[in-house]
Amino acid sequence: MSKKTLDNKAWLFVLPMFILVAFNAVIPLMTVVNYSVQETFGNNLFFWQGIDWFEKVVNSERFYNALGRQFLYTGIILVIEIPLGIAIALTMPKKGIGVSICLVLMSIPLLIPWNVVGAMWNIFALPDIGLLGYAINNWLNIDYNFTQQPFSAWFTCILMDVWHWTSLVVLLCYAGLISIPDAYYQAANIDGAKPWSVFRYIQLPKMKKVLTIAILLRFMDSFMIYTEPFVLTGGGPGNSTTFLSIDLVKVALGEFDLGPAAAMSLVYFLIVLLVSWVFYNLMMRNEEN
Amino acid sequence: MTLELQNIEKNVEGSQHIYPTSLVLEKNTINILLGATLSGKTTFMQLMGGIEKPTEGKILFNGNDVTKVSVQKRNISMVYQQFINYPNFTVYENIASPLRLQKMEESVIDQKVQEIADLLKLTPMLSRKPNELSGGQQQRTALARALVKDSDLILLDEPFANLDFKLREELREELPKMFENKNTIVVYATTEPSEALLLGGNTVLLEEGKVIQFGKTQEIYRRPFNIKSANVFSDPPLNRTQISVKNNIATLDSVSWNVSLQDGEYTLGIRPHHVYPKKNNEKFFEITGQVSIAEISGSETLVHFKLKENEWVSQSHGVHNFNLGETTKFYIDISKCLYFDNQGAFING
Amino acid sequence: MAKVKLDNLNHSYVPNPNPEDYVLKNINIEWNDGGAYALLGPSGCGKTTILNIISGLINPTSGSILFDDKDVTNLSPLDRNIGQVFQFPVIYDTMTVYDNLAFPLKNRGFDSSYIDKKVKEIAEILELSSTLQNRASGLTADGKQKISLGRGLVRSDVNVLMFDEPLTVIDPLLKWQLRSKLKELHHEFKNTMIYVTHDQTEALTFADQVVVMYEGVIVQIGTPTELFETPKHTFVGHFIGSPGMNILPCDVSDQNVTCFNHQIKTSSDLKNIQSNSKLEIGVRPEFIKFSSTGLPAEVKNVSDIGRYKVVECLVSDQKIKVIVNEGEEVTTDRANLEFNSNYTKIYQDSWMVS
Repeated sequence: MSKKTLDNKAWLFVLPMFILVAFNAVIPLMTVVNYSVQETFGNNLFFWQGIDWFEKVVNSERFYNALGRQFLYTGIILVIEIPLGIAIALTMPKKGIGVSICLVLMSIPLLIPWNVVGAMWNIFALPDIGLLGYAINNWLNIDYNFTQQPFSAWFTCILMDVWHWTSLVVLLCYAGLISIPDAYYQAANIDGAKPWSVFRYIQLPKMKKVLTIAILLRFMDSFMIYTEPFVLTGGGPGNSTTFLSIDLVKVALGEFDLGPAAAMSLVYFLIVLLVSWVFYNLMMRNEEN
Repeated sequence: MTLELQNIEKNVEGSQHIYPTSLVLEKNTINILLGATLSGKTTFMQLMGGIEKPTEGKILFNGNDVTKVSVQKRNISMVYQQFINYPNFTVYENIASPLRLQKMEESVIDQKVQEIADLLKLTPMLSRKPNELSGGQQQRTALARALVKDSDLILLDEPFANLDFKLREELREELPKMFENKNTIVVYATTEPSEALLLGGNTVLLEEGKVIQFGKTQEIYRRPFNIKSANVFSDPPLNRTQISVKNNIATLDSVSWNVSLQDGEYTLGIRPHHVYPKKNNEKFFEITGQVSIAEISGSETLVHFKLKENEWVSQSHGVHNFNLGETTKFYIDISKCLYFDNQGAFING
Repeated sequence: MAKVKLDNLNHSYVPNPNPEDYVLKNINIEWNDGGAYALLGPSGCGKTTILNIISGLINPTSGSILFDDKDVTNLSPLDRNIGQVFQFPVIYDTMTVYDNLAFPLKNRGFDSSYIDKKVKEIAEILELSSTLQNRASGLTADGKQKISLGRGLVRSDVNVLMFDEPLTVIDPLLKWQLRSKLKELHHEFKNTMIYVTHDQTEALTFADQVVVMYEGVIVQIGTPTELFETPKHTFVGHFIGSPGMNILPCDVSDQNVTCFNHQIKTSSDLKNIQSNSKLEIGVRPEFIKFSSTGLPAEVKNVSDIGRYKVVECLVSDQKIKVIVNEGEEVTTDRANLEFNSNYTKIYQDSWMVS
């Protein structure tokens, strides 16, 4: 193999990033792994526990409840946001001043800090003084209180996430759509294809790559969600909206049980990794075919 | 100044993109890389220029090993099929850019830019930006940028493929004049045999990553090494059929003639323009074929016909009318026949 | 199949256009049912615009299109029953070759036995039968173009088949096959076919009649032979033929034509020539011979193309190209050029004098 002189210089450019990632990700991760196999009673005294914490987590009903809630939440999010995102992208104009206006409108929800999003919706959904809360209670005559009713809490969390993140799907799908040359639409027109056929045979296949990215991103982000639901409901009422991350933080900081928390976070990490890997492979294999 | 490739090969993830090859290119020559799409022309060029590093082998420039030298340090220019120019620079700035990088004096830069712009007929466009120019003008700008820096090696990768037929003709004619007195090695990649013949110089025939033949364009055309060479260099494709030779007599249909070949089976190849619809010469031999289609372009007639199981094409000047499906006589110039043995190698008949 | 008529078409892409904004000016063409036609011209001459107007993808600024004397100007592409093959292969990636070909018929509600018959018939002709069950996205570029073509052919009610530079992405060696295939198809099905290109070889070998366009205007309509032997405008003379026609300045006085002080015989009628117009002689390189008498010239360069040679000569500072057959000798220094008077024409202000 001949040496590639340029590649060695490239490593130097990567070094600062490398160091940064090492401090922000790798070392903390190693610390977590360390905690997950030890027990502490404070004062920096650690006792080796082996895989005890892992056993505890895997046998914990509380963990499975949180996991179940998380899967349900992520499932609902994906089922709503992906089709909705595609639908909105399909209606966005491709030329003219409308393009800029739509793109800006779509970007706005994405730019708001996540805790602000949570706070916004908290006030918005308050049953007495929030516009949404008031409207549902008094104009639709439905009894709605997200601080007391689990169903309303879920409803508000999901609505908030849809409002916040659907734009991401829209923007990705839109990018995929505008790259389709006009000739495809012309040919479909000449072939007598109906709008549904045009969507199914031209637009959807051409959007496949961007959809893969969109679904993967939404899956990972929603699976790890913390800030928005925490600010909105705090995990309540009770633990009805205590998703996996929220539960993790409760265990780690609330109860200061570092060992189980560390173990739980590692298990959590492995689940996300596994599902993402399976999902990614499925999409890639589909592509190769 | 010479460019020498010693046993160059390129292997990417187990698949051989370029097979081991050795070549020597001399200064002041136009060398044409002729081959079908995906035959390896672009990879080959990139290896010559140092944009890609070979998996094995050495590249020598004037005897110096430059295999590991980066592209920026070599004195080369490249022109691509897509019109590649700096979109935010004017034509003047585009042409001046390589000279600015070499930190020349402004007055020298100005003189060189004006000279090249004049040669490439760009003088009225110097203050425009590339997106205001037509395709032909954009490509001229790219050519000017490649020529202005007096490179040792100029690589042109199908530069006129995206231009109109007539524009292509025009630019191709101007090409030799652009390289006059430049002492540079020019490498021009194309898929069209007629372009190779028009530009002259030397030709490298490529097929699926292998160099089939290298030599003077005319030489290769008239004496191909093997049937692959003959085919790459033929547009329309070479007419072929099987013949048998016994006692130095070759037989095709009802025609026989003397050949100095050993007994056996051979492939006879004859170029379409050596198959005539009329007997223009007493020495021509007659064959019979069934016409499948006739194309008349005003200046010439192309007739596709079936000879035994083979599809043959006859290309001749002028207008000749044929009825489809009719079985009619064609005439071949035996002296222009090419003979290939069972392995496809060229045999002198 | 239908007769196609373009009546006084004018088109501009900008609203409220000025005269110079028009990309098509006064286009009048009548094409017969079942003919093979070509629209030939350089980039930007308006040929693709005409094609898109005929197919209904663009509405012309003014003028009308008629299929079999019926005005279709306001009909959608679907209702015009046309087929179009684009510059790059347009296929439905997720479908098999079979489904691609069946698609236009399925959308129009034909029953499956009819569709099956038609698809198999067309696949056979296009030599796609063995790939029918494969995914369309897996085919080579020429295979995909054949599918595009097939989708137009499966419909027996199609009025016009249109081709927009369809061989652009095809390898030169395969271009031949596809071109002959198109010609074969035309003979077999007798569809009205309109082919747009800037490549004269494609246009001239394919079409019975060629429309040569330049900057939005029709310059000449004729058979390939007519365009080659009697180009009505110097642009046609230059654009058709490789190399194009030689155009030389000349003088006409007293029924004599002189070029560089040498008398030239032409086949043009000298009666209608006005003395203050720009006068030129046009003669193709194929119709010039080297002889002992004729216009004296200096031989500058010989290019050998294999089947003929192009000899570049200079007469004072005027370049003249001559085509010489393979095997013929070319003098190296000075020579005399004799023009074939039957094919030497006079052009007044770039238009041929008849």
